[in-house]
Amino acid sequence: MALTPDKLSAIAHLARLGVEPEDLAPLAADLSSVLVLVEQLQAIDTEAVEPMAHPASASLWLRDDEVTETDQRDTLQAPAPETQDGYFLVPRVIE
Amino acid sequence: MHDKTLAQQAAMLQNSRISSAELVAHYLERIDRYNPALNAYLQVDAEGAQAAASQADQARAAGNTGPLTGIPIAHKDIFCTKGIATTCGSKILENFKAPYNATVVDKLSDAGMVMLGKANMDEFAMGSSNENSYFGPVANPWQQDRVPGGSSGGSAALVAAQLASAATGTDTGGSIRQPAAFCGITGIKPTYGRVSRYGMIAFASSLDQGGPMARTAEDCALLLQAMSGHDVRDSTSSTTAVPDFSAELEAELSGLRIGLPTEYFGEGLDADIASHVQAALQELEKAGATLKSISLPNQQHCIPAYYVLAPAEASSNLSRFDGVRFGYRCKNPQNLEDLYTRTRGEGFGKEVKRRILIGTYALSEGYYDAYYLKAQKVRQLVSNDFSEAFKDVDVIAGPTTPTTAFKRDEKHGDPTSMYLNDLFTVSANLSGLPGISAPCGFSGGLPIGLQLVAPAYQEARLLNIAHRYQQLTDWHVQTPSGFE
Amino acid sequence: MAWETVIGLEIHAQLKTRSKIFSAASTAFGAEPNTQASAVDLGLPGVLPVVNKDVVRMAVKFALAIGAQIAKRSVFARKNYFYPDLPKGYQISQMDFPIVGEGAITITLPDGTEKRVGLTRAHLEEDAGKSVHDVFEGATGIDLNRAGTPLLEIVTEPDMRSATEAVAYARYIHSLVQYIDICDGNMQEGSFRCDANVSVRPVGSETLGTRTEVKNVNSFRFLERAIDFEVERQIDILEDGGSIVQETRLYDADKDETRSMRSKEEANDYRYFPDPDLPPLVIDDAFVEAVAKTMPELPAIRRQRFIDEMGISPVDAQALCADKQTANYFEAVLEGQSYAPKLAANWVLGEVFGRMNKEDVALADLPIAAADLGLLIKRVDDGTLSGKLGKQVFDVLWSGDTDVDAIIDARGLKQISDSGAIEAMVDEVIAANPSQLAEYRAGKEKLLSFFVGAVMKASKGKANPAQLNKMLQEKLKG
Repeated sequence: MALTPDKLSAIAHLARLGVEPEDLAPLAADLSSVLVLVEQLQAIDTEAVEPMAHPASASLWLRDDEVTETDQRDTLQAPAPETQDGYFLVPRVIE
Repeated sequence: MHDKTLAQQAAMLQNSRISSAELVAHYLERIDRYNPALNAYLQVDAEGAQAAASQADQARAAGNTGPLTGIPIAHKDIFCTKGIATTCGSKILENFKAPYNATVVDKLSDAGMVMLGKANMDEFAMGSSNENSYFGPVANPWQQDRVPGGSSGGSAALVAAQLASAATGTDTGGSIRQPAAFCGITGIKPTYGRVSRYGMIAFASSLDQGGPMARTAEDCALLLQAMSGHDVRDSTSSTTAVPDFSAELEAELSGLRIGLPTEYFGEGLDADIASHVQAALQELEKAGATLKSISLPNQQHCIPAYYVLAPAEASSNLSRFDGVRFGYRCKNPQNLEDLYTRTRGEGFGKEVKRRILIGTYALSEGYYDAYYLKAQKVRQLVSNDFSEAFKDVDVIAGPTTPTTAFKRDEKHGDPTSMYLNDLFTVSANLSGLPGISAPCGFSGGLPIGLQLVAPAYQEARLLNIAHRYQQLTDWHVQTPSGFE
Repeated sequence: MAWETVIGLEIHAQLKTRSKIFSAASTAFGAEPNTQASAVDLGLPGVLPVVNKDVVRMAVKFALAIGAQIAKRSVFARKNYFYPDLPKGYQISQMDFPIVGEGAITITLPDGTEKRVGLTRAHLEEDAGKSVHDVFEGATGIDLNRAGTPLLEIVTEPDMRSATEAVAYARYIHSLVQYIDICDGNMQEGSFRCDANVSVRPVGSETLGTRTEVKNVNSFRFLERAIDFEVERQIDILEDGGSIVQETRLYDADKDETRSMRSKEEANDYRYFPDPDLPPLVIDDAFVEAVAKTMPELPAIRRQRFIDEMGISPVDAQALCADKQTANYFEAVLEGQSYAPKLAANWVLGEVFGRMNKEDVALADLPIAAADLGLLIKRVDDGTLSGKLGKQVFDVLWSGDTDVDAIIDARGLKQISDSGAIEAMVDEVIAANPSQLAEYRAGKEKLLSFFVGAVMKASKGKANPAQLNKMLQEKLKG
């Protein structure tokens, strides 16, 4: 199943991944070869098989409802590229 | 001292034959000398290490010690460390200083270990050769024009070159075991959930596991002991009790039933690797084990299933790298879309982008059933194969990799060829089972790894077998020439 | 062309736990930006979600209150999309296996008729953060305090046929979630949000028309207007021969219209898949039973009990049970008393409510303790006080006094029920008004009230009305 550059462009947009126009075709070819590799899954009979999303069969551990995380804004915002007055900043979004 | 195993160094420290400060200074000097050629370390924290070593020596003087007190270790740069940057081998995290330590880092530090620095790796753990690091490839100490394996290539190389007593690695499709095999060291991927993933930057959440990489199984047992255990901060971490991994190291192998999948020993397997693995199996037979031929019928489907599931999970895990709250941000973003696409376009390397795209595709509307869901079902089949096999045998053995370390650039441009490196390793990740690789010979001067896989939570069994094997052989104590 | 409106509602109720659904940061409203956003809420590298037990309890409580199915095994899933207020680039929600399954409720519409609304499901998810667009020059500010707040998304079948029905349903759920104490219902603060899926179709048609989703309504009034506008808009388009675009529309309260929301939602492919960081949530019977024990008596049941066991009228029962605090107050008034509950109902719904409305006092700030009102009513019931003077005592209690009997004594308000005393006053009044007496005996029977009034005045309102009435009628007859 070949991936066209157009389709690749749409996927790249979903993933918000910038791809240079000149890279579209080679990347599409790369991915197509991976898809060939995974295509063989189609031939396997999985009729009565349940999907396995979690390897461990344990069920979810629940935590008590307690506030144990206090204000650490300064520490946690230290890695941020741009902040002001406690907010993270991004280019202006028009809604 | 660098040529001693971790266990031997621990004894020397305990007997005051050396101090941690001396051991650390020794390694720092070796790193200075050898790392430029290997590029195994991305960062060295000399000051931090010296301070921690001094603390360990004081603790020892006060009588507060454990088996790992004062032992120097390198952390794969995927584990968050508060003091120094955590890059994940990526431009997008080049200067990222995590505000917290990974649980693994804390546990080993609490056990008294001294962090020397962070180890190079394939970007976001995606790779089998450490050629996908933004910070340059890593050289295999055995032959420096060859790859060390990946994604924990830096960790494997530095342990093999004796630039630390041990290193941590992570394994999603073989990223501890395969580089361990390529570099002639011992590495174990524990059962999924055995080791906490908190602070261990996620690649594929249902497949990732952290584990130790060292020169012997005995060393790995000590490390795994300290690394393991339930963590309330990781909902996938297991509450299953952690046994004393070292207690069973010496157990006799008589009665051990080893399964040999016909699918692993097919015609395509390299002759040298096949013969060395067979020789290793014969050693184990002599020690009392019995060999039995078994089948893992879905073995051939493991790679395709893995290369749908891992990228799918990764495509979602890596969405948080968007230039907003941490990490690289592109210059002068024009608008939000531009911020996202250029930050991620410029910040991620080629292989990471490929996998994000494949993963996004596999999850997208119209393809989810055929790819993602299908792969999850195949995953169940793979797991069933192991369950079936373990009714008749105690462990499953085979070669860790289909080839020895290949040359740099040999496979770099061909993703699918690169993926086939994981042929024998991904099944353990898909089924969540523990797997170990231990050195069992050389081919053309390059190490060969023997892999063992056990049922869930039976890491002690794996360490025991590898340890007994290492008592009968000396592959694991060889030193690459030039690094004596 | 006759059109039928089809409406389904999605309500997001913010669950009132102290900490968030996946992190241990506080959910308190109004904090300084990003002071309640932990590493997990910020989606920093390597962090992982851990589920809050009380969030699960509250979802189970809701299911019990509605009588909906509780999934013994439910799964958290990732909903993937990019927006700056969504730090991980995905929202942890539930897709194929929600914690609450099908259910149905019956609501009473304003006109008194009943309406059944089917519930498709209710699931748990985390809220996103907030964006501020007009504070920073050329930039948008992101506050992630709200990111990770637990939400219960309640989805109905497309069973409603008018804005009125939709609002009645929304009000019902709004009451219910507060009643069972899982949500504070504060629509201004965004604790309770209603989105409406609206479509129209020709009457008699079995297929559903294309629907739009209307968001951004933060009051029931706006919900009604938004739906009405949208219905009209759609009908206009269809009657002109056009077709409805399936999209999300925002309600603009100032202009009283809905408009298309293009930016965020260009046909997003959310790529849902089970979150690998969270194993399946398994709930056993013991867990459900423990939650069931914490359930308050539900409004419908309490109402029925008032009607069946206390002889309260359905209308009064509805009014008393509309609010949990009111019903509690009412029952507290009755505590230890043996007179007919109906009396207490009259006093609470009449005097108490009347005063509360007149002086804009909330029930929580009521100056009269339930026990005091209970005693007052008893004094009226046992004849100590006339009803009219009882209201006077009520006034005194309202202004802060608390001792009913002391008030009665101090002001000499005790009702005169001594027949001898009443007879004496009656005789006096009759003797003083011979012409009215004559007119009465001649047939003008409504003059009775004249005599009643006169005796009342003479007794300063304290004559027992019933006795007085009886005696007057006897004496006047002659």
